[in-house]
Amino acid sequence: MLNTVWQLTRPRQFEAAFQEIETGGALIVRPTHLSVCNADQRYYQGKRPAEVLAKKLPMALIHEGIGIVMQDPSGTYAPGSRVVMIPNVPREESPYAAENYLRSSLFRGSTMDGFMQEYIATRPDRVLPVPESLGDLTAAFTEMVSVCWHAISRFDAAAHGGRETIGVWGDGNMGYFTALLLRARMPRSRIIVFGVSESKMNDFSFVDDVCPVSAIPADLQIDHGFECVGGAASGAVISQIIDHIRPEGTIAILGVSEEPVPVWTRMVLEKGLRIIGTSRSGRADFEGLLGLYESRREVPEYLEKMVGAVIDVRGIPDMVRAFETDIYKERGKTVMVWNG
Amino acid sequence: MSEVYGVILAGGIGTRMGNSEKPKQFIELGGRPIIIHTLEKFAVHPGFAGILVLVPQAWMGYTRDIIRRYLPDAAGIEVLQGGETRNETVMNAIRHIEKMGRLTDETIIVTHDSVRPFVTHRIIEENIQAAREYGACDTVIPATDTIVESREGGCITSIPNRSYMYQGQTPQSFAAKKLKETYEALSAQEREILTDACKILVLQGEKVQLVQGEVFNIKITYPYDVTVAKALLGMEM
Repeated sequence: MLNTVWQLTRPRQFEAAFQEIETGGALIVRPTHLSVCNADQRYYQGKRPAEVLAKKLPMALIHEGIGIVMQDPSGTYAPGSRVVMIPNVPREESPYAAENYLRSSLFRGSTMDGFMQEYIATRPDRVLPVPESLGDLTAAFTEMVSVCWHAISRFDAAAHGGRETIGVWGDGNMGYFTALLLRARMPRSRIIVFGVSESKMNDFSFVDDVCPVSAIPADLQIDHGFECVGGAASGAVISQIIDHIRPEGTIAILGVSEEPVPVWTRMVLEKGLRIIGTSRSGRADFEGLLGLYESRREVPEYLEKMVGAVIDVRGIPDMVRAFETDIYKERGKTVMVWNG
Repeated sequence: MSEVYGVILAGGIGTRMGNSEKPKQFIELGGRPIIIHTLEKFAVHPGFAGILVLVPQAWMGYTRDIIRRYLPDAAGIEVLQGGETRNETVMNAIRHIEKMGRLTDETIIVTHDSVRPFVTHRIIEENIQAAREYGACDTVIPATDTIVESREGGCITSIPNRSYMYQGQTPQSFAAKKLKETYEALSAQEREILTDACKILVLQGEKVQLVQGEVFNIKITYPYDVTVAKALLGMEM
C-alpha cells in the first residue's frame, strides 16, 4: 500500500513522501493522537548539529502517540483497538542490555521515520492496548512518561535502600512525570523538586516540598537525585546534586545534553556516588506504566493537567502550527489530533 | 449506522496513455498495478461494507486475477462490469447494491478513480462523513492555474475569479439511492452532457459539500503522470 509519510525535509519544512508498505503480514495502525517532544523540536528548529541533520533528514518526526488498529494478521488485536505505539524497534535480544540500549535497535523519529504518517506498519509486540479509563490526550504522551518509569526502575534496582529523601531537579514535563511516578512508587520517601519557575513548581502539588535552585539551604541533604533538566544547564544541575547528595547516593540522569558536560569527578569518587544514565524505554516499561495507570487512577488525573495545546492536524499548515505553538508553550505537552 | 460501499471506477480503456497496451489502471507502479495500490487504500479502511470494482467487460477476469494475486486476504471486493459512460458505471454499482437488497436511503457510495492511488485515509474518512451529513461531496483542491473559458475555442469568453475555482479530484461520495433517483429523472439528452456524477446533483440544485483533497492525489492519465507518480515514490526513472 502506498503510505503517506509526512517528513521533515529541512528545519521548519514538512513535505509528503510516499512509501510502499507491506499490508500482507504487518499490523497496521492509524495514528490518532501524537505528542510533540523536545527531541522533535530540536530537529524541527534545526538545533541538532548540521551533520546530524544532514544524515537524518528527511525523516518523519514524533515518537509519542496512540492510534487505532486497522488490521492485525496475527490476530492479537481486533480492528478498532486503541493502542499506544512503542517507538523503540529492537532487532535482536541481549541477556545484558535492555532493548532501548541495544545499538542495533531502531527508534521512531530518530533512526527511522516517526509517527507522522498516514499508517504505521509495525509488529504486534510494538503496541499495547490503552486502558479504557485513559483519555486520548493523556495517552498520547505515554511514551515520555514511560521513559521516567524506566529511569525509576533502573534507579530502584541500583540504588541503596536508604530512600528517605529524593531530589528531582527540573520543573518541566520530565521533572513533573518523574516526581509523580516517584510519589506513586515510593510513597514513604520525601520528594523535593528543585526548579527555577515558581509558577511551574506550584503545579507539583503532590510532592513534599519544592525549592528554587537559587535558594537551596546549604545543609539540605538528599539520599538520591534525579536530573531532569538537560541541555546547557546539565553540568550546573549535576554539580548541585553532587553538593547535596549523601555518600553512596545514586544520581539518575534523564536530561539530554547536546554538548559534553563537565562533572566534578573528585567528589563523585570521594562520596562513592553511582551515576546512572537512562534513555528511552522498552515494552516492559510501557506495560508497567499502563498497569500503574489502571491501579492508581490519580496518576492519569495528574497527567491530564499536563495536556497543553491541542491542535487538529489535517495537513502541512496544521503541522507547522502545532510545532510553532509548542515552541512558545510555558508548560505541558502539545498534542496533535492527527488526521494526516 | 448506514452502510458504506467503495466504488472503484476503472471503466476507462486508457485511450490517452499513448501506445500502452494495457488500460492505465493496470500499468505497474512500484511492482504492482496502479489499481491494486488504490484498492489497498480502500481495503485497509474499516468503514466499508464492500468494495465494488467496475472495469470494462474484457478486463473483468484479469482484474479478478490480480486482486487474488496481490490481495489474497482482502474480503468483500467484487468485480463488476462498467457502463458506457462514467455515470452509467456508477449506476451499475448502485444497481448491484440494490440487487443485493442493501440499497436504503442511508446507503453511501464513495466513488473513486482507480488511477488515483495516492488518496489518503483522511480524504476517504472525510468523504464518508460529508456524504452522511450532506448527502453528497466532492474532493477538490484550490485551483492554482487561472481558468480561461473559451466557448468556441478561439478567443477568451471569460476568465472566472480564480479564488472561486477548484480542481475536482476523487473520491466523490453520495447517498446512493438519491443519486440514482436524480439520475433516472434526467432525460437521455441531459445524461449525455454529464461527465461528472456531482453534476447530476448540481444540475438539480442539490448541495454538494467540498472535501479538501491533496495536491499529490493525482490522476494517472498521461505517460507524464506515470513519471510524476514514480518521482513521488522516489523511484529511479
